[in-house]
Amino acid sequence: MSPTNRTVVVTGIGATTPLGGDSASTWDGLIAGRSGISTLEQDWAAELPVRIAGQIAVEPTEVLPRPLARKLDRSAQFALIATREAWADAGFTARAGEDNSVDADRLGAVVASGIGGVTTLLNQYDVLKEQGVRRVSPHTVPMLMPNSPSANVGLEINARAGVHSLVSACASGAEAVGYAIEMIRSGRADVVVAGGTEAAIHPLPIVAFANMMAMSKHNDDPQGASRPYDKARDGFVLGEGAGVIVLESAEHAAKRGARVYCEAIGQGLSADSHHIAQPEPTGRGIAAALEQLLSFTDIKPAEIVHLNAHATSTPQGDVAEVKALRKVLGDDLDHVAISATKSMTGHLLGGAGGIETVSTVLALHRRLAPPTINLTDLDDEVEPGLVSPEARPLPEGPVVALNNSFGFGGHNVVLAFRTV
Amino acid sequence: MATQEEIVEGLANIVNEIAGIPVEDVELDKSFTDDLDVDSLSMVEVVVAAEEQFDVKIPDDDVKNLKTVGDAVDYILKAQA
Repeated sequence: MSPTNRTVVVTGIGATTPLGGDSASTWDGLIAGRSGISTLEQDWAAELPVRIAGQIAVEPTEVLPRPLARKLDRSAQFALIATREAWADAGFTARAGEDNSVDADRLGAVVASGIGGVTTLLNQYDVLKEQGVRRVSPHTVPMLMPNSPSANVGLEINARAGVHSLVSACASGAEAVGYAIEMIRSGRADVVVAGGTEAAIHPLPIVAFANMMAMSKHNDDPQGASRPYDKARDGFVLGEGAGVIVLESAEHAAKRGARVYCEAIGQGLSADSHHIAQPEPTGRGIAAALEQLLSFTDIKPAEIVHLNAHATSTPQGDVAEVKALRKVLGDDLDHVAISATKSMTGHLLGGAGGIETVSTVLALHRRLAPPTINLTDLDDEVEPGLVSPEARPLPEGPVVALNNSFGFGGHNVVLAFRTV
Repeated sequence: MATQEEIVEGLANIVNEIAGIPVEDVELDKSFTDDLDVDSLSMVEVVVAAEEQFDVKIPDDDVKNLKTVGDAVDYILKAQA
């Protein structure tokens, strides 16, 4: 099929996060400024340098049938729960091909994870050492492979146009959404389920991140630990969960009379090529991604009214992002309501781009920007007014919102959405 | 040594745990793959659980011959002997 430039829209959303078991309860938590961070009470956490995390609000085993859950890594369980919500929210009542709503050959799935089935890998290694060769689960490989969430989502909805798993650390979920937009725009698919998931709350990943000095050690104040833009920020707080959206060509959505949340305009991409884990301090790569977005689309800086920032609560990264935004947008940054929702959810790594896309879509749909909590003493390099401890209304008329995600390895992704 | 009835009951509980099939549906003439939603990967789990419960060895090469619950019961009865 020849390339096209079709308009892409969002017709469904789903999530399971530290704030709630679905997108509605997650949104309510975000708007209320509620923290989803808590103390890790598990025995294994007692001796760790970091003993706090954004743990899932509703355990997936309470939602999924047991025979299904036991064959899925926790990251795929989250992805499947978010997908089921988004699929139903988009108005689909059956798998593709089982009714006339969507052709399986025109349906794709792109649900990313930054780390994949790390808890399956580590738990099965424990089984091997403690219980022997025979007890290692035959499901281990399909559970731990990083494409498992996407593959299981594809099986769930019967996606045959392509199932993809982009991996770019904490930018994975956003990169998945961007790739999905382009699948539809290019004519490869009419409908794509896209997003991100992560389940890495386990002693090894926690210690590994902590030893990079990337994580907050505010163990005595879990709810105050994730504090983007605040002077006392000392690293990110690990979260878990998934966020998924249903993307669809505007034509396909109109034909079946689907409810449309917003337009998915496109993405800007770049790479820092600076350091494997450190952010480039001037925000050069972030600026390049945003400039690319503006040059590849019809977005005018004057239209941009909301940004779901990457803002993980690290000393360097939060400021580099704001510098890049100011450099590209100039005075137009002054009318952008920036939200650092990681202050409430923690950092879901590859899941972040998924749940923050859901938040961005809902912010446009409800015309309300979520608050940023724990702003006690704002960093001198972040102008007052850009961020707020209160939810802020967004203006009427056609407006644009952005969602930033960046990842270890220097990956920069900016996604753009517009009201309809 | 488990009797035929005890083996069927044991396998029914194992299949219920792994595939979620009601225990009363696990009958001698049922095919693991076609009737009980036990795919080739889950069959390995069924075999390992059965080996432990009935204290027998079921080599990988023999697993492919265990098409039905009856096949597995007969195999376990002989292996116990």
